[in-house]
Amino acid sequence: MAVQKKTSAIKSTSKHLLGIQNLSILESKRILEEAKAFISLNRSPSKKLDILRGKTQINLFFEPSTRTQSSFDLAGKRLGADVMTMNVSNSALKKGETLMDTAMTLNAMHPDIIVIRHQDSGAPNLLSQKVNCAVINAGDGQREHPTQALLDALTIINRKGKIEGLKIAICGDILHSRVARSNIYLMNMLGAEVNVIGPKTLMPSSIERLGVRSFTDMKKGLDKCDIVMMLRLQNERMQGTFLPSKREYYEFFGLTPEKLKFASKDALIMHPGPMNRGVEIDTKLADDINVSLVKEQVELGVAVRMACLKIYCK
Amino acid sequence: MKEKILINARIIDPSQEMDEKGSVIINEEGKITAVGKNVKKDDVPSAEVIDVKNHIIIPGIVDMKAFVGEPGYEYKENFRTLSQAALSGGVTSVVTMPNTKPIIDNVSMVDFIIRRGRDKASVNLFPCASLTREIGGKEMSEFGLLSAKGIIGFTDVVKTVQNTETMARIMDYASDIGVLIMQHVEDYELSKNGCINEGEVSTRLGLGGISYIAEKIIIERDLTLLNKFPCRYHINQISSKDSLDVIEKNKEKGLKFSVGVSINNLSLNENDIGDFKTFLKLSPPLRLEDDRTSLVEGIKSGLIDVIVSDHTPEDEEGKRLPFAQAATGAIGIETLLSLALEMHHNESLPLTKIIETLTINPSKILKINKGSLKKGSDADICIFDLDKPWVVNADDLKSKSKNSAIEGRKLQGKVIMTLLNGEVVFKS
Repeated sequence: MAVQKKTSAIKSTSKHLLGIQNLSILESKRILEEAKAFISLNRSPSKKLDILRGKTQINLFFEPSTRTQSSFDLAGKRLGADVMTMNVSNSALKKGETLMDTAMTLNAMHPDIIVIRHQDSGAPNLLSQKVNCAVINAGDGQREHPTQALLDALTIINRKGKIEGLKIAICGDILHSRVARSNIYLMNMLGAEVNVIGPKTLMPSSIERLGVRSFTDMKKGLDKCDIVMMLRLQNERMQGTFLPSKREYYEFFGLTPEKLKFASKDALIMHPGPMNRGVEIDTKLADDINVSLVKEQVELGVAVRMACLKIYCK
Repeated sequence: MKEKILINARIIDPSQEMDEKGSVIINEEGKITAVGKNVKKDDVPSAEVIDVKNHIIIPGIVDMKAFVGEPGYEYKENFRTLSQAALSGGVTSVVTMPNTKPIIDNVSMVDFIIRRGRDKASVNLFPCASLTREIGGKEMSEFGLLSAKGIIGFTDVVKTVQNTETMARIMDYASDIGVLIMQHVEDYELSKNGCINEGEVSTRLGLGGISYIAEKIIIERDLTLLNKFPCRYHINQISSKDSLDVIEKNKEKGLKFSVGVSINNLSLNENDIGDFKTFLKLSPPLRLEDDRTSLVEGIKSGLIDVIVSDHTPEDEEGKRLPFAQAATGAIGIETLLSLALEMHHNESLPLTKIIETLTINPSKILKINKGSLKKGSDADICIFDLDKPWVVNADDLKSKSKNSAIEGRKLQGKVIMTLLNGEVVFKS
């Protein structure tokens, strides 16, 4: 089969954003650089650009989402794209339509980019094989959530100036978390040291093979950490017993001002949301603007998604 | 049929510990009348001569686990396509699985399947019935009546009887009437939501993992029961090193049972799944390289008795889904021998051992008069070129479904001729 290759001095990025695992360090740095430029734009009174004028962006959400969906929605609109959002979770699937059917239907409408969230790991990869446009993964099963990791990285860079050399703890339900996986890959790639902390039943098999140290003790795991990323306890994905109770979980793994003292003095807290207040994090701590970056994460999320859309929407 | 003589052959027949240059004579009834180095063309001057040109003759392969789509799944595979696939892979006897639609769990279904097979198939078929009614894991099938109708063994294919009491009763009852129980070994509570091996790959791909313990725990349970209820018990397929340890311990104690392994688990590991290749979603799952090499060692040491193709045709629709939703299984009957020969070429197994696990061993477990070239046997014969290189191209395979787990793999060794009851039924 003849494949046409364009020769270019600059190494072009891959066609799709399926996961941090598929990303090179240059590609991720480029996204972060592009995103920085959008931060101030998003804070200015006039937020609209026309970089993506005439382009069609489809947000295909098989799983309910508020912040990721609205973030992508806004990002596309601010760049001037025509954005259509489809919540497939309650329509076509019930009629027996498969992901492939949906993909083919949408492909016929000539979109320039599809943003997909799906409950099955690998669904964006499958989609990318069947459509002609670029595909951005907005979270698939328990595999990856690349734009979340990128926005987390941007948030850290924005506050700490860098990621290299930092010590980052990711705490809680690692097993069910795509955010944890994407962050492990990205923070490692950008030169941070990553600890994961959680009960053994919520720790994925062979997690150390991903280049992290794993702990079951917050005191040991948080030691000298600059960033504490808390994860949501994903009760909806848990079948069977993983924990004795939420109360016991909070006792040992919930982030409280006392436990935060185990970390470095100027440690900052992050959470991908939505939070279970009083389960994985103390409610006052979550709202403490001196240590919590939660609001900033949401804000910079739009900038990161604008950068991704700009780069991948060709 | 005319009398035949196959000359200039290297004959490998583990049933009589034969590996020698010689000839095979087949009489008018399709039976072998003489075999070996002392057999000369002059013994049968009027016979039709087939010059094998120094290639290898083995007994026709006996595949203990293959799925035919009839009835109910004809779009995946039917008797005709399965026969063609089998014969081009040197397989002359096939044990067929009962998870059809409807399920083969009653006498009238057996009549149908045997009649249909006789009309449409051109290989020897040995049908299994389900171990429990409707493969429900609750009530045992009519072992006696079904055996009398020609059922060779009882299996729930990819389902396991979870209830220990039910399994105990099944084994107790079966021990009295001497039927063969073929168990799929998997604890559902431990394997639920899992679709690949639990480990680094499942963590990276974000897929639910199946621990090796899910397999081991059922083997331990069943072998404990077997100790009390000594029936003919066969483990369909094992996948992990730990299962082998349990098997070894129990075989050393003198417990009698047999063990199978799929050619897939001998030739592939979890890394081959790559970027969500659904054709490699298998049950039991592909595991670590260390497990794979242990399984190969298990064959060498005799802990594992048979290699099966675990031929599971699935159409494109069933495989073109997100991994967790995709159908499980791969075709493999046609590539079984060639893929197994890899273990000879890479010097991990002696050739005779490979042939043994594909011919006489399954025949002994099934108590059928196949898998041997001894005088008086049916002339079911596979002739292959040990060194011929070729590349697997699923579109060239004869199976109706194209879900090969080894698409694009470079293999060495290919079947050139297959005989069934003395008739040439496949020639490349």
